Amino acid sequence: MKNREVILSTRSLGKYFYAPIKFKVLDGISFEAYKGEFLTLVGKSGSGKSTLLYCLSTMDTSYEGELFINNEIITGRKINELAALRNRSIGFIFQFHYLLPEFTCLKNVMIPALKLGKYSYKEVEERAYNKLEILGIKDQALKPAAKLSGGQQQRVAIARALINDPAIIMCDEPTGNLDSKNSQIVFDIFKQIAHEFGQTIIAVTHDNDFSRNSDRTIELADGKIISHGKKLNDVF
Amino acid sequence: MRKSINTDIAFTHIITRKRQTFVAALGVTIGVGVYLFMNSLSSGFGTFSKGEMFKNSPHIKIYKNDELSQPLISSRDSGHTTVIINPQITTNSKKIINPEQLLSRIKQQPYVVNAIAQVSFDAFYNRGKAQLRGNGYGVDILEYDAMFKTGKYIVAGNLNRLTGNLNGIIIGSGIAEKLNLGINDNITVTSSYNVVKVMKIVGIYSSGNSLTDNAKSYMNLSAAQQFIKEGPSYVSDIFVNVPDPDNSEKYAAMLQQLTAYKVEDWKTTNADVLATEKTRGTLMGAISLSILVVAAFGIYNILSSTIAQKINDIAILKATGFAGKDVIRIFLMEALIMGFIGTLMGLMVGSVLIAIMSTIYMGGPVGYFPIHFEPALFAKSTVLGLFITLCAGYFPARKAAKVDPVEIFRK
Repeated sequence: MKNREVILSTRSLGKYFYAPIKFKVLDGISFEAYKGEFLTLVGKSGSGKSTLLYCLSTMDTSYEGELFINNEIITGRKINELAALRNRSIGFIFQFHYLLPEFTCLKNVMIPALKLGKYSYKEVEERAYNKLEILGIKDQALKPAAKLSGGQQQRVAIARALINDPAIIMCDEPTGNLDSKNSQIVFDIFKQIAHEFGQTIIAVTHDNDFSRNSDRTIELADGKIISHGKKLNDVF
Repeated sequence: MRKSINTDIAFTHIITRKRQTFVAALGVTIGVGVYLFMNSLSSGFGTFSKGEMFKNSPHIKIYKNDELSQPLISSRDSGHTTVIINPQITTNSKKIINPEQLLSRIKQQPYVVNAIAQVSFDAFYNRGKAQLRGNGYGVDILEYDAMFKTGKYIVAGNLNRLTGNLNGIIIGSGIAEKLNLGINDNITVTSSYNVVKVMKIVGIYSSGNSLTDNAKSYMNLSAAQQFIKEGPSYVSDIFVNVPDPDNSEKYAAMLQQLTAYKVEDWKTTNADVLATEKTRGTLMGAISLSILVVAAFGIYNILSSTIAQKINDIAILKATGFAGKDVIRIFLMEALIMGFIGTLMGLMVGSVLIAIMSTIYMGGPVGYFPIHFEPALFAKSTVLGLFITLCAGYFPARKAAKVDPVEIFRK
């Protein structure tokens, strides 16, 4: 790959679940994610791939080992610092869109940028329109978020994840609720984000088409990385 | 005009949930309204009864206190004997020496509103064989009126006729009725010093208090001095009014510097009345405060259910970089908006209740119910209303701030 600049890395990350019994869900996870890389995390249900994503997301802080973003250690930072870091450098896309139903699509996209406070309200509005245009839903901007179709809602959620131009975009089953047509749209957008804008995508998925077409796939089983993989071959 | 995004979210929640906002605000409305009304009742009545008290007693009284003999005269050294005696009152006369000088010195004090001298004695009012016991007071009637507003209660004759009239007397309506006497009639007054004088009734007053109306009469200073066989320098009490009766003890301490006689403020004299007053105030305060607390639970409830419904929104806000304190701010702001609306409506409800109450006629010397719009109470109700909603909002808001987004996203 052209650009080998490391954006995120872990050093022997481990995590336990305590209920119902003590159980090691992640064990010695060490990997690196590069700038502009479209990375997917796969594995069977219970392999720990989602748990790993939430540790990487800085929202889950109860792990052992170390996490680095932009070559800075993240482990052990204060919760408020982590919130500010997420606001600045990480975008999130989930299986469910999690849009705020009282607000218009435009406002939903604007909220993280207004929180960041780097741009004026007018500029933020302009940027939000811009992002919605990239995702092809500019015409829906002023509708309430609840009035859109599932595919459109997911695209608004993607626009929200992109608004602050984060270095990393983390996705948990981003196409899990979408039909194949919308899945393809989302996939193409991700490719574009990674390759044209140089943002890193880390996506948890069990959509084989999706992972097969990504730049790299890391496979987990029983809390361990079993393949840092180039290309994952079709399991079936 | 950059509005914070936290405020923006709070307002949007409030606007899209008008009904819940209104219900929560209504609780505060009732709480604040009742609080304001009850405290206005209590305060209005307190002011009234204090006024009643000042009809008869001054803010500060100066008189000669009884002196006790020293119970123990200790020896100067071991060679002498210690003398023990029974303590006894050694005061022969209640007379204040050189009252004019003391009075003029008191009047010179900048904080003294007015000061008067009084001579009091035990009087017997006679007409034929009928006799009534009572008290006679020798005063400068115009100065006395300035202090106690006696003129307001005159029902026959007038105060001015007493000035310079050594033979004139103003009696209570009870005495007039019982002895069947009217204005310009003569009344025989006897003192405990066996001085008998026939006096002309120049005025009759009715204060509404039968104890006073059946016993007290007013005459000139020198007439009263004659009744107790004393000269013009005899005065039994000096009364002083100060601008701010609530701080009378401070002025009493200052006046005590001027004289060796006992200076007593009305709070000492009326400690029992004050204690009753305080008890009533506390009672009203406790009842109205508990109503306010109950009202606060409305806010707590509505906010708790809002947060339960919006748990997904809170999770995504936290994921996209809102810190715990931002979430607290959002929901506290919502509580405050509800509290503000509720408090405003509560002040209006309270005002309406006060306005209605002030038109209710209670009869007697009270007249209309003594209740007023008191800005201090409005301010207090506002502050309390907002403070209580803030407290009620804090707990659900803190719960919202503690939402773990991972738990929500993994469901």
